[in-house]
Amino acid sequence: MSQPLLEIRDLHVAVDGKPILKGVNLTIHRGEIHALMGRNGSGKSTLAATLMGHPRYEVTRGEVLFEGQNVLEMEVDERARAGIFLAFQYPVAIPGVSVANFLRSALKSLHGEEMSAREFRNALKAEFKALHMPDGFASRYVNEGFSGGEKKRLEIVQMGMIKPKLAILDETDSGLDIDGVRIVSENVNRIASEDTGVLVITHYQRILRYIRPHFVHVMVGGRVVRSGDESLAHELEQRGYDWILQEVGAEEKTLQEVG
Amino acid sequence: MSAPQSLLDVGTEYQYGFRDEIEYVYKAEKGLTRRVVEMVSHFKNEPDWMREFRLRALEIFLSKPMPTWGNTQLLNEINFDDIYYYIKPAEKQGRTWDEVPAQIKNTFEKLGIPEAERKFLAGVSAQYESEVVYHSIREDLERQGVIFMDMDSGLREYPDIVRRWFGKVIPPADNKFAALNSAVWSGGSFIYVPPGVHVEIPLQAYFRINAENMGQFERTLIIADEGSRVHYIEGCTAPIYSTDSLHSAVVELVALKGAHIRYTTVQNWSKNVYNLVTKRGVAYEDATIEWVDGNLGSKLTMKYPSVYMMGKGARGDILSIAFAGPGQHQDAGAKMVHAAPYTTSTVVSKSISKGGGRTTYRGLVQVDEGAVGVKCNVRCDALLLDDISRSDTYPTMNVKEDDVRIEHEATVSKVGEEQLFYLMSRGLSEQEATTMIINGFFEPFAKELPLEYAVELNRLIALEMEGSVG
Ligand SMILES: Nc1ncnc2c1ncn2[C@@H]1O[C@H](COP(=O)(O)OP(=O)(O)O)[C@@H](O)[C@H]1O
Ligand SMILES: [Mg+2]
Repeated sequence: MSQPLLEIRDLHVAVDGKPILKGVNLTIHRGEIHALMGRNGSGKSTLAATLMGHPRYEVTRGEVLFEGQNVLEMEVDERARAGIFLAFQYPVAIPGVSVANFLRSALKSLHGEEMSAREFRNALKAEFKALHMPDGFASRYVNEGFSGGEKKRLEIVQMGMIKPKLAILDETDSGLDIDGVRIVSENVNRIASEDTGVLVITHYQRILRYIRPHFVHVMVGGRVVRSGDESLAHELEQRGYDWILQEVGAEEKTLQEVG
Repeated sequence: MSAPQSLLDVGTEYQYGFRDEIEYVYKAEKGLTRRVVEMVSHFKNEPDWMREFRLRALEIFLSKPMPTWGNTQLLNEINFDDIYYYIKPAEKQGRTWDEVPAQIKNTFEKLGIPEAERKFLAGVSAQYESEVVYHSIREDLERQGVIFMDMDSGLREYPDIVRRWFGKVIPPADNKFAALNSAVWSGGSFIYVPPGVHVEIPLQAYFRINAENMGQFERTLIIADEGSRVHYIEGCTAPIYSTDSLHSAVVELVALKGAHIRYTTVQNWSKNVYNLVTKRGVAYEDATIEWVDGNLGSKLTMKYPSVYMMGKGARGDILSIAFAGPGQHQDAGAKMVHAAPYTTSTVVSKSISKGGGRTTYRGLVQVDEGAVGVKCNVRCDALLLDDISRSDTYPTMNVKEDDVRIEHEATVSKVGEEQLFYLMSRGLSEQEATTMIINGFFEPFAKELPLEYAVELNRLIALEMEGSVG
């Protein structure tokens, strides 16, 4: 098999000295869509932020390779330039900075060259249209005064402009209404290709009806405890998380007895 | 009485041997004495009343103590005996761009005044050294009866208007530095807009300090007659010198009934300049005065633009930004005096401190007895870029009326880790991200500026940020 796009090995992460991730393993190849599910507080956003390089998340063990390169040694902007993109669970407002200005600068930094003003305008217009957002958002300040759903759509507008190799979508579905989930999903499918990988973080199965994952992983207590295909998501939808917790609990007990 | 001959002889052929080789007809000696003041007045061929005004102001300056607030330590470092109080360039005042001496054009070139701004120079007065050397009034302004010239010419050509208002908004006794300016003022702008005339293009003046150790004491007076409108823009850049330089301007605005004055300033004095400016406007019934004030450079700036709302329905707006880097203190603010009913004011003050720089907001809101229905909103936002920088807010309220609505809000924040992370996750370097956040913070100010100035402001901020992050 070809070199994986992303390879996470035994990743341990702490915040303010408190261990959150306790040995995550996950491999994503080009062309694959992975779903990461789990209850609130299980560590999904911690994984996403760590992959992107948030300075508060301290890697205490393990490694992360992106196209074979050690990601953990890279600055946040270098990771972006390498092709990693994070659609934030809580996108941040940047008062006084217009969406257009922000994205223009971002693209310039990412590609090292400037698009013509016209080319940029047209591309941005097309993305807004695809996300069913009025062009007027181009001159609004980034995420300022946006509704929850608008923020999430803007993340996907950005993804469309940036065209990353790996897109991590952290609960992009939450805060979106039914149409919103569909529109966002259609666009993720459009932007994703044979060459890109997608990691969809969610705790609802809803979005997975549109963005159909090749693999589904369940995170509990900072570890991926189950991996399977789409049917795992259905099972979670029907049975909830408790059964997994019980199974995991039983396994841990066994491990402890053995150890 | 004329000035002593010996003084008038000093440096007739003076070659000031640095930077551009400007030929000075006269160069004053350092230090401030009665003889220097008399000589300035004599040299300018002023009427007696102005000479008397200057001499009275000198007495006040000499007897008044230093302000006991602001940055008293820095203030007390000023050596008043080591400053030139008056310099006059040899060149005559130019009427057209072609007549402006090549050396002076070179200086503009070095200042990097963009092409877009040069086109405005057709309607610009540029102060070089202590005297306005170039001054041109666009013909359409002349046709409208708008007077736009340097203050010295204004005094010569319109003595009645000048005498009526000069020193009335800001009397010399107002503060030590207003007194100093009143004694030795030179240059600055004089504008009169006749009733009902709307001046469509902003009137601009470009000036700078050039001579080392040279004080600049511009004096600007703007009178907007009833129902008129005018926007005046003042922008400064100054090269860096090794010793301290004093800049102490006085700006007086008079907005008569229903008039509207906007006064925009973007200042980037070199970091050794003391910038101690008194700016005040008087707004009569239904008149509006807006101060748009940006302070980027200087060692110490003390500047509190004020609006005295003297007539019913008058309005005052102050929008200011300040940027303080290492060794800089921006002590700026606003004074809103509501002396009449149904007057409204807003103050928006935004400041950034970095590398140990210090910003201070010092503000006054005063509501006089009988001034019912007053509304006032003050908002101060400070952004600190690191732990060694400092920002303080000192608001004073002096309210003698109950039927008023006054709001005051102050925030101090840091460039957020989450904001940086968000921007960097889209490929911006830490420095680019920080600069973007700062430009965004100043955006409410920048969007009030003409485009060329907004671009220049962004450029200045990017320069300030260069190499300072990470
Ligand atoms: N920046 C942080 N500071 C303190 N605790 C954090 C921080 N980020 C995450 N945590 C903690 O780590 C755990 C996992 O959180 P998170 O990764 O956000 O979970 P999820 O995204 O799965 O809901 C939670 O207990 C949360 O409180
Ligand atoms: Mg989360």
